[in-house]
Amino acid sequence: MASSGGNTYDAIVVGGGHNGLTNAAYLAKGGLNVLVLERRPFVGGAAITEELHPGFSFTTFSYALSLLRPEIIHELNLVEHGFLPLLMPTHFAPMDDGDYLLLTEDEQFNDQEIARHSKRDVDGYHRWEHDLEKVIQLAMPLFNNAPPDIFSDDPADQADVAWMMKQLRGADKKTLHDLIRFLTGSCADLMDDYFESDIVKSAIASSGIIGNKVGPMSQGSGLVLLYHLMGEQDGQHGAWGFHKGGNGGFTQVLQRAAESFGATVRLEAPVDHVITKDGRATGVVLTDGTEFSAPIVVSALDPRRTFTELVSPRELPSDLNEAIARYRFQGTSAKVNFALDDLPVYPALKGRIDHFGGFVNIGPSLEYLERAYDDAKYGWYSRLPYIDGALQSVVDPDMAPPGKHVMSCFIQYAPYELKGSDWDTEREPFGDTVQAVLESHFPGFGDLVLHREVVTPLDIERVAGLTEGNIFHGEFLAPQMYFMRPAPGYARYNTPIEGYYQCGSGTHPGGCVTGGPAKLAAMRILGDRAAKR
Amino acid sequence: MLMRTTPFHPRLSELNQTGLYGHWAGYLSALRYDLSAKHEYFAVRNSAGFFDTSPLYKYRITGPDAEAFLAGVMTRDVRRCRPGQAMYTVWCDDGGYVLEDGVVFRHAEDDWLLTAADPNMGFLHDLVGRLRVSIEDVSADYGMLAVQGPRSREILATLAPEVNDLAFFGLIEAKIGNAPVTISRTGYTGDLGFEVRVEADDALGVLDKIIQAGDGQGLRPFGEDALMMLRIEAGLSLINVEFTSARYAFTDAERFTPKELGFGWMLGKDGAALGEDRPFIGRRAIERELRDGTSRWATVGLWVDWEAHRDLHLERGLVVPKDETPVAWESMLYGGPDRDQRAGYATSLMYSPVLQRHIAIARVLPEHAAKGSTVHLEITVDHEYLSVPATTDRLPLFNPARKTSATARELAPISVRMEQ
Repeated sequence: MASSGGNTYDAIVVGGGHNGLTNAAYLAKGGLNVLVLERRPFVGGAAITEELHPGFSFTTFSYALSLLRPEIIHELNLVEHGFLPLLMPTHFAPMDDGDYLLLTEDEQFNDQEIARHSKRDVDGYHRWEHDLEKVIQLAMPLFNNAPPDIFSDDPADQADVAWMMKQLRGADKKTLHDLIRFLTGSCADLMDDYFESDIVKSAIASSGIIGNKVGPMSQGSGLVLLYHLMGEQDGQHGAWGFHKGGNGGFTQVLQRAAESFGATVRLEAPVDHVITKDGRATGVVLTDGTEFSAPIVVSALDPRRTFTELVSPRELPSDLNEAIARYRFQGTSAKVNFALDDLPVYPALKGRIDHFGGFVNIGPSLEYLERAYDDAKYGWYSRLPYIDGALQSVVDPDMAPPGKHVMSCFIQYAPYELKGSDWDTEREPFGDTVQAVLESHFPGFGDLVLHREVVTPLDIERVAGLTEGNIFHGEFLAPQMYFMRPAPGYARYNTPIEGYYQCGSGTHPGGCVTGGPAKLAAMRILGDRAAKR
Repeated sequence: MLMRTTPFHPRLSELNQTGLYGHWAGYLSALRYDLSAKHEYFAVRNSAGFFDTSPLYKYRITGPDAEAFLAGVMTRDVRRCRPGQAMYTVWCDDGGYVLEDGVVFRHAEDDWLLTAADPNMGFLHDLVGRLRVSIEDVSADYGMLAVQGPRSREILATLAPEVNDLAFFGLIEAKIGNAPVTISRTGYTGDLGFEVRVEADDALGVLDKIIQAGDGQGLRPFGEDALMMLRIEAGLSLINVEFTSARYAFTDAERFTPKELGFGWMLGKDGAALGEDRPFIGRRAIERELRDGTSRWATVGLWVDWEAHRDLHLERGLVVPKDETPVAWESMLYGGPDRDQRAGYATSLMYSPVLQRHIAIARVLPEHAAKGSTVHLEITVDHEYLSVPATTDRLPLFNPARKTSATARELAPISVRMEQ
């Protein structure tokens, strides 16, 4: 049993990313003595903010918030610990011909702006937003609750299945049909239902490719689109915001919250493996041999690490091992982050700043996005990549010295596996490719660059520990969502090893800084514990 | 017939992208500058914003008896406001009901400035009697600019380093460029902030210098819409919203005492702060109220139960509204086992982005005043009056340390900083 009293806890959470911290906070709030073990010298996982150039704060990986479950904010008293999501007042999409689409907080301005591109699309946009809202409402209960175990005969599980069916039964035909079209269809088809303008279509549909190896014309991209629009900012569905100090600011808040409930966070404590005895988890061993014991061990790592590295596949059933082997990661996203001497200039909006309040979406047409995907399909990064830029310092001046700026650029496509080369070779040429696209829209961009940080899928894997650099702990594809995430029959946060749980983004509902997996896992753990007493 | 414009207007109208103005004390006053008032609100909470507060009525009160005069009018003991200080106070009628609130700025022993939302010249004049006091309406002589938010001190300090040492409600004479200005650490946002008063002729030059100093610091103008959100979070009652002036009320039910409006702190426990040997208008009524415990209301903050509010909407298939625009009417509060007994009313109700909750300033019957009491707030859902529980708390609900603190701005919470 426990080696030394000081190293014994009620629960150990492996990984101090946003889900690990959230899970630890809920468990500690539930009365457990919790230890979080984080490999790096600071918490946050892929939601970190680092000062990499003096005075400039970089959101190295994850850079914005929307899907964070609002109840987590209240249940963990996050506001008290500094939670502060800042509004993005605009959404800016440059076009190849120098024109642009600028969407704001003002609906009437947006109507006029969309009308510049297509008069038909003005009310199309209103219908789109309303139909989307109805689909979100239909899907939200499923998103917010643990998936049922549809494979079990247990009456409690059957009741869960009945609950799930009840959520869908009330839906009107159109909304249920729309939901299915989202879950299985393509962004391009959905956009064609409402819009004729290419820039309106691509500005929306670009959310449907994030983090997944799909193009906007691929079936399945609709699911990715829906997922990214299911969040909210102060009740406004689909809206995104920047956390104060970037997403690393958010995870700092989470750490304070977890600690205030009594959790202990131990940094630079890489876990080698989970100790098991007679099919039960009893603790963990760090790479330096230090042991910690606890009857509950929770992995916040992705499914491959959770089931093939922290524990031995020999202890797991073969159907789980097979499903994890088939589980698709194939990261396809990268980041290129810049420290800038001044604001970039978009010639049509010279002298203005207000178009830089939120995302700068460079993907001027569906065809542009699809061709960017084509490159990735055959094993190379996009020659003309999609860029989701964000000059966070415009909204949050603490991110850069006065008058200077940081620009986070999320890039697609950058496939984890390159055909005939590797990312250590291609890192800077890839950075140049991205910078060339920025230069084409913002002439003189290169002269503003004080510092550039290229984060390839390989870097995401090495530094943040995300397998194959997949930002969601595995792709958002129908066969690996809901009661099949990460594997059919293993989607309810427990594992075949008693006392060993999973709470990472590879469990329902998934990635994107939702905190959902962590909360639902904590509910499961606390429920199991109560049932034993 | 045109509405008057403030000394800052020529520049502010250039900055106004919306063309939306309200009328305030006879002046055009921007409702917002940006398409999003919430964006302006966040500037004040996260960086800095400036607001044109010039339309306020301003009275210069001078003379050897100025202190005695104001001490006899104001409810707070303004004798304790020393030169170089400002003081927020109310003034009452002789029934002990609040006429108005405002700030006195004491420049010297015998030199004061009073700001007020409504015209008060006739009222003040009639009270002078034999005192050696001169009262001058200087409303149009000055521009007043509120510079508010966590970065306001850094921005102003580049122009007038004296602000670094300015305490909460402190007041200094300084220069911005060549223009003499008065800077006070006051405001209406509940945040770190300052107000700069400048002679009308110098106003544009000073504004330009401030805008320039704020370049790259996230400084932006904010209008009345953002101000409303900020002042509700800050628990600051507004005349004609939280209360009407006793002067224009028809019945005592429409009038409120300072204690009922949440200004009990001005009076001190059992009136201890009223000061000795200081007859002032309403004093006897206020002392009677405090002695006999006859206050009819208490003013409190409300936290709306987020789960009940959410479920009330979701159960009906509606999106949960989280609107930062204050509700423009009073929302009733109920208590009792059947939630049918009158408990009070919310005067200002909104969703607070910073607090991530629906909050309110409310007037409740004394039995609901204790912090943590539950009342039921009436809201309209699906064209039906329903109610959600809300918990009372002391005002203000948002009260950051930086508002009164002397220390430098707190650094943003990031994961890792470089070695210095």
